[in-house]
Amino acid sequence: MNDLRDLYQEIILDHNRNPRNFRKIEGATVTLEGHNPLCGDRYTIYLLLDDDIVKDISFTGAGCAISKASASVMTAMLKGKTRAEAEALFQQFHEVATGHAPIGNAQLESLGKLGVFAGVREFPMRVKCATLAWHTMHNGLEGKHEGATTE
Amino acid sequence: MLTAELAPLDVETLRQDFPILGRVVRGKPLVYLDNAATTQKPQQVIDAISRYYSETNSNVHRGVHYLSEQATLQYEGARRRVAKFLNAESAHEIIFTRGTTEAINLVAASFGRKFLREGDEVILTEMEHHSNIVPWQMACDASGATLRVVPINDEGELLMDQFRQMLNPRTKLVAAVHLSNALGTINPAAEIIELAHAAGARVLIDGAQAVSHLPVDVRALDADFYVFSGHKIFGPTGIGVLYGKTELLESMPPYQGGGDMIRSVSFQRTTYNDIPYKFEAGTPHIAGAIGLAAALDYVEGVGLERIAAWEHELLEYGTELLQNIPGLRLIGTARQKSSVLSFVLESAHPHDIGTIIDSQGVAIRTGHHCAEPVMHRFGVPATARASVAFYNTRQELEVLASAIHNVNQLFS
Ligand SMILES: Cc1ncc(COP(=O)(O)O)c(C=O)c1O
Repeated sequence: MNDLRDLYQEIILDHNRNPRNFRKIEGATVTLEGHNPLCGDRYTIYLLLDDDIVKDISFTGAGCAISKASASVMTAMLKGKTRAEAEALFQQFHEVATGHAPIGNAQLESLGKLGVFAGVREFPMRVKCATLAWHTMHNGLEGKHEGATTE
Repeated sequence: MLTAELAPLDVETLRQDFPILGRVVRGKPLVYLDNAATTQKPQQVIDAISRYYSETNSNVHRGVHYLSEQATLQYEGARRRVAKFLNAESAHEIIFTRGTTEAINLVAASFGRKFLREGDEVILTEMEHHSNIVPWQMACDASGATLRVVPINDEGELLMDQFRQMLNPRTKLVAAVHLSNALGTINPAAEIIELAHAAGARVLIDGAQAVSHLPVDVRALDADFYVFSGHKIFGPTGIGVLYGKTELLESMPPYQGGGDMIRSVSFQRTTYNDIPYKFEAGTPHIAGAIGLAAALDYVEGVGLERIAAWEHELLEYGTELLQNIPGLRLIGTARQKSSVLSFVLESAHPHDIGTIIDSQGVAIRTGHHCAEPVMHRFGVPATARASVAFYNTRQELEVLASAIHNVNQLFS
């Protein structure tokens, strides 16, 4: 049950219940779909870019609590960031969710909301849920037209 | 039916035959409710496989030496065992494959090449597993035939009237699942076959789920093809069965080419072997066939009538327990149903349900169950599915129900 509480932390449950930026952006610069064929999670990520800045970011779609909370936290974190900052956060998130180097308490603190996703490390089958929206966003920023799929 | 006079199963004693059922996972006694994905293996099957490798291992149909003769006898004995299990007329009507999927691909490719032409029709049902959809799409692509789909109602039952109307002289083949892995629906296989035959069509029945839950008699059904997988009936993975009527199998071209399936080969002309060998190219899964035969011995020793009666009780009890959980919706409520409890919760996505109850030692499957059209039909992206075998207990279903209550609590 301990690992489970690490996975389903209050922040995740909250973002799952009340996802932030859960809407379409009309006239988005980039619209990209992310799909996990294994469990059917499917999201669309919308990015409104102003030169180098993520002016607005949102998502729609459906999936499990982990994937939805991850998408929600991501949109909340990236709004107003530069492309470079967004890319850096993507790398950081990737390390949190998939890395093997242990994360100390101090580091967890500094990661803020990203830190809550460290719990998925103990659930290999759920890592893809956590990373789906981030990969989709990353592909969008890179100008790829194909959405992310986790397979 | 003698059901009423059948002695009930001694489940606790039978469980002792399955070493894995005594395992502790995540600190909890394993509650294995993912039997539709694969079943656990009794010691008798494990021993048969290990005995084959320790005492008999050799290639079949090739050597004159003692071990090869013994291996061939056991492999062909397994074929006769399967024939008896399905009540086939002859052992040469039993083709060993890698599983249900390969058996369907074999029929779709070979029957398709021989009998499907542009303008012909193949009928499937809306509740098929992907492995009984995609090979037919491929066969239709190759031949120019058209695929038609019999819809299902909100309970997950086939709309037989629509099926009747769909049948016509262009219908060449009907492929239908006997027991749906996503819904638990038992389809009226005999009626489907009779109607199809009256229209001049052949029928393939996907028995992947059915064989471990219901007695199956291919001659009573008059099935043209019947397929199943060893691993879903307490046997090993990598072995499966295609039953086909003699005249059909004889008229169909080989599926794969290679050793064993030929009579003679030269660069000018190759002649093919007789059935079943014509369809078994290369060294087969000898240990798998022997393990499957041991599994069928085991199941028939327990008795499929008794298994069906016990599982019916489990299904009714499980249904009652789940229906009392707030926000739970059962997907698949057919009148004729077996072994499967597919559901969604208002509070949590199936994927989250699966992870949370796994932490309590309960193994279920979550996802689309390789039946995406069923998910579309019910307007859900996925379901959580508990599926029982005869070795499951009422108490295990109580653990399941209480674990689902915990999910509701976590997500409330
Ligand atoms: C109804 C049905 N058909 C076909 C299959 C495919 O069986 P296999 O993967 O063993 O080839 C399955 C297994 O999931 C099934 O449940």
